[in-house]
Amino acid sequence: MRSILAAGAIAIAALGLAPTHASAQSTLRIGLAEDPDVLDPTLARTYVGRIVFASICDKLFDIDAKLNIVPQLALSHETSADGREVTIKLRPNVRFHDGEPMDAKAVKFSLDRHLGMQGSFRRSELSVVDAIEVVDPTTVRLKLKAPFAPLLATLTDRAGMMVSPKAAEAAGDRFGAAPVCAGPYRFVERVQQDRIVVERFADYWDKDKVSIDRIVYRPIADSTVRLANLKAGQLDLIERPLATDVPEIKKDRNLTLQSVTELGYQGMTLNVANGDAAKNPLGQSAKVRRALELAIDRDAINQVTFNGLFTPANQWVAPDNAWYDKRNPVPGRDVAAAKKLLAEAGVKASLAIDFMVPNNPETRQVAEVIQAMAAEAGFDMKIRVVEFATGLSEAEQGRYQAFMLAWSGRPDPDGNIYSFAKTNGPLNYGKFSSPDLDQALEESRTATTREGRKAAYDKVADVWLKDGSVIYLYHRAMLIAHTNKLKGFTLLPDGMVRVVGLKMN
Amino acid sequence: MSAVTVPAPALAPANQTLVIESPRRRAWRRLRRRPAAMVALAVIAVMILAALLAPWIAPYDPIQQSWRAVRKAPSAANWFGSDEVGRDILSRVIYGARASLSAGIISVGIALGIGVPLGLAAGYLGGWTDALLSRLTDAMLAVPFLILAIALAAFLGPSLTNAMIAIGITATPIFLRLTRGQVLAVRAEDYVEAARAVGNPHWRIALRHILPNVMPPLIVQVTLTIATAVIAEASLSFLGLGQQPPAPSWGSMLNTAQRFLSQAPWMAVFPGLAIFVTVLAFNILGDGLRDALDPRTK
Amino acid sequence: MLTVISKRLTQLVPTLFFVSVLIFGLQHLLPGDPALVMAGEERDPVVIEQIRRQYRLDQPIPVQYLHWVRGVLSGDLGESMRLKEPVLDLVRQKLPVTLQLAVMSMIVALVLGVTLGILSAVYRGRTLDHLVNVVGLAGISTPNFWLGIMMILFFAVELGWLPASGYVSPFEDWRQSLATTIMPAFVLGNSIAGVIMRHTRSAMIQALDSDYVRTARAKGLSEGSVVLKHAMRNALTPVITLGALEFGTLLSGAVLTEQIFSIPGFGKLIVDAVFNRDYAVVQGVVLVTATTYIALNLLADIGYILVNPRLRA
Repeated sequence: MRSILAAGAIAIAALGLAPTHASAQSTLRIGLAEDPDVLDPTLARTYVGRIVFASICDKLFDIDAKLNIVPQLALSHETSADGREVTIKLRPNVRFHDGEPMDAKAVKFSLDRHLGMQGSFRRSELSVVDAIEVVDPTTVRLKLKAPFAPLLATLTDRAGMMVSPKAAEAAGDRFGAAPVCAGPYRFVERVQQDRIVVERFADYWDKDKVSIDRIVYRPIADSTVRLANLKAGQLDLIERPLATDVPEIKKDRNLTLQSVTELGYQGMTLNVANGDAAKNPLGQSAKVRRALELAIDRDAINQVTFNGLFTPANQWVAPDNAWYDKRNPVPGRDVAAAKKLLAEAGVKASLAIDFMVPNNPETRQVAEVIQAMAAEAGFDMKIRVVEFATGLSEAEQGRYQAFMLAWSGRPDPDGNIYSFAKTNGPLNYGKFSSPDLDQALEESRTATTREGRKAAYDKVADVWLKDGSVIYLYHRAMLIAHTNKLKGFTLLPDGMVRVVGLKMN
Repeated sequence: MSAVTVPAPALAPANQTLVIESPRRRAWRRLRRRPAAMVALAVIAVMILAALLAPWIAPYDPIQQSWRAVRKAPSAANWFGSDEVGRDILSRVIYGARASLSAGIISVGIALGIGVPLGLAAGYLGGWTDALLSRLTDAMLAVPFLILAIALAAFLGPSLTNAMIAIGITATPIFLRLTRGQVLAVRAEDYVEAARAVGNPHWRIALRHILPNVMPPLIVQVTLTIATAVIAEASLSFLGLGQQPPAPSWGSMLNTAQRFLSQAPWMAVFPGLAIFVTVLAFNILGDGLRDALDPRTK
Repeated sequence: MLTVISKRLTQLVPTLFFVSVLIFGLQHLLPGDPALVMAGEERDPVVIEQIRRQYRLDQPIPVQYLHWVRGVLSGDLGESMRLKEPVLDLVRQKLPVTLQLAVMSMIVALVLGVTLGILSAVYRGRTLDHLVNVVGLAGISTPNFWLGIMMILFFAVELGWLPASGYVSPFEDWRQSLATTIMPAFVLGNSIAGVIMRHTRSAMIQALDSDYVRTARAKGLSEGSVVLKHAMRNALTPVITLGALEFGTLLSGAVLTEQIFSIPGFGKLIVDAVFNRDYAVVQGVVLVTATTYIALNLLADIGYILVNPRLRA
């Protein structure tokens, strides 16, 4: 077989079909782990979509390496004393890709579109905004229904992306087929599931720092193949290689690996009040939930599955995050204590648990390890692998007892906890409910000082980490591997590929 | 092909009943003369035995993890090496034979059980029965195999049994169609016309005269479909619709191994080899059976 | 002849009706809510309700079906929920890619399969037969994704002869197009070649043992002419049927191979759509592949009749 293959390949090489490399323009080829959804900032929802937006749609604000909020299309901002008015000064003389001015009117248009468009996924993020006023061509004022600390952080993501009013009005809900924003690159073409091509925008406000002519994004789902493309020189940068492939990448002298702890987390959601499945010791007793947590060795999971590259987690933000509650460090494994808690809760025989696991090879492996660990403490975790769509419905309808759930993360801690822990929050799959917790969560949003918010989050931690319905497991390392020819790339915790300042040698 | 010991009559099958030796016995006698087929049969027997006797012959518990021995190369302790959570691959291959063999055999059994009678009916009866069955078959065949299997398996719920049912149903139309096609080709033969002329009932003609002629291509298809079914089980496992972890099947082992092809090739080599050897054995056996069952060959 | 064809053409309607009901029914039986999938992490209940209304997911299934059929009859296959693009545009984008890959794979399969099958039948029972068998079977016994990745690692990474994955249209650059599709075509063709080989062998043996071949031999014709002229003609019948069947599968069944090689064809489109519960895409693409498939079957049946004159009556 091999020799036949080899003979064929020689024929191919002789025909001159081998890939050609030379090209006059400089092109950056990026391998994505999935195919992005629609490229409309109002309607988009996927993580990979945000990576593409990073080159075509600038935002009012951005984050820096320390998660501070820095201006991008905005110049500055000011919040009124009562926290109900945010005034944003805009960068002057900025143009959209179609030449339209990116001014206060355009900002009002974009934010109104986010708020009012049918099917907008930005609506809830911005729901606190009552009205947007154009003060002058370079100033807008956001009137809020209540003080809302996470607002600016929200504007560092898709809600802060501004679209050309002219193009958006013309295209309606088909805007995503050819988005027109104010980013360093303009959209050229997209072939679904094959490639998205963007080219340098000559009138970009910061054009001196943009030197690569074109960027091609290619979705390649298989991580082995994605890495193969990088090694073979068909791609210049790939996102999310496997942790287990890291030694191989490091061995390759042509490649650079960058790593940063993610903003999100991977955890296990427990059903405490969502339907009949919650009516069992795990759902009813916080002691049993803590016993399960104590049965799990997070370090071992990290070592076995991720070569020790990830960060064991016990909270909704990573231990190196400024909002992490240092009073509650990551607990170690303690099988004896777990058994004792189970006995106190009156659980005698091995406790069977319906453990719903999304069908992702890594998650499945983690689930198998947890299964083995929990068994030693007296839990019989029955793994049920479900595909994505089924998992969502099952979770919604409460047909699970434990559920492996990942969250991609937001720069502001609010995005990682509020909707998960608040009574009837849309992401509160376990239907946990506690009035004290709800109040603390509200305080965390309305507090106007950082200290005030931190105090509120400490109150959240007191309830949530003791009784709550999520066992946090680990924070992934966001990995990006790229060729050494690419210079000037820095990876921030959100995992985005920021293209301003990049050079290809 | 040489050394004919008993001169089998090279006659039309309608006259076969005149021979005292039963067709089945004769087929077995002929099969025994084919060393390749006998080796294949032995391999299949060994696989089935391994599946049945797994608890006694597997060196370790197939789901016992050992986090200190993750992805270790083959050694004296683990002949086939260890997997991504330190389980013994040899033990998993042995236990995996249970899932993979039953996925292959049972699903094809389902497909045969439904497809052949319906195919006989369609081809022999013709008319409305044929029209309806053929349109249904066309419709099912026109929908992609994997899509149909995914939809069925997802609808039935993820488990090995449901995956087998899904694969079986999905593979049914090909048997129906093949049977029908052969029946159409055979129906026009003289001996069938003759049998009909002397007033044999339909079912008798179908069973006695048509079915034996339909057998050879069916057997070839069975062996190939077992192969496809084993791989289909792998695909369904890949999508979370087959064998549920931590229980092993060759397909799910291979799919897990995909992530570690460069670091731990043994994880892919052994289950892959198991699939390859089994499929090969089924094919060689089917081939031997084809010759042995075919009344026209000596 | 013409009556046979016209009869088959009228059969298209019930078949397509069954296909549409089958796929529509199955999809709606699946657990999972398209609106929830579409929302993903952004679970805003108000917006999820809007999506349900917008795509008529709140209406009874028969009503949804009728609405869809009405659209199809007026040439509208609906819109992808996930990609916000008309399904017809997606089909137009993917069809040439899938066709190119299918044709190339079929060429690989036929050349390999028929040659090996004839060799194996003629040299039945001898070493060459066994050897050919193993080669042919290696194809069907190796999962596509595994062979695909191995080929990428070997030809693209180790040797650097071929691009690792991706697709280039032949109208853009035919050499690059060939280079990007040759590995997937080989993987797919290889997996079908085994099936074709087996059937060719089987049919050839039957033909070689038949009376008319014996007669031909008795007449003193050369063995080569007996094999190629007399036996092969009859042995082709099952190969034609099978070829058409397999070609039909190639139009949509190349799922994992397309995924490995990042070929933007039907297979990937449809599987992503199934998992995202993008109903309109699944229905539209299945309808198109089913129609093509049925048309191919019609051609195969005509071929059947042509080589088997007894069925003409």
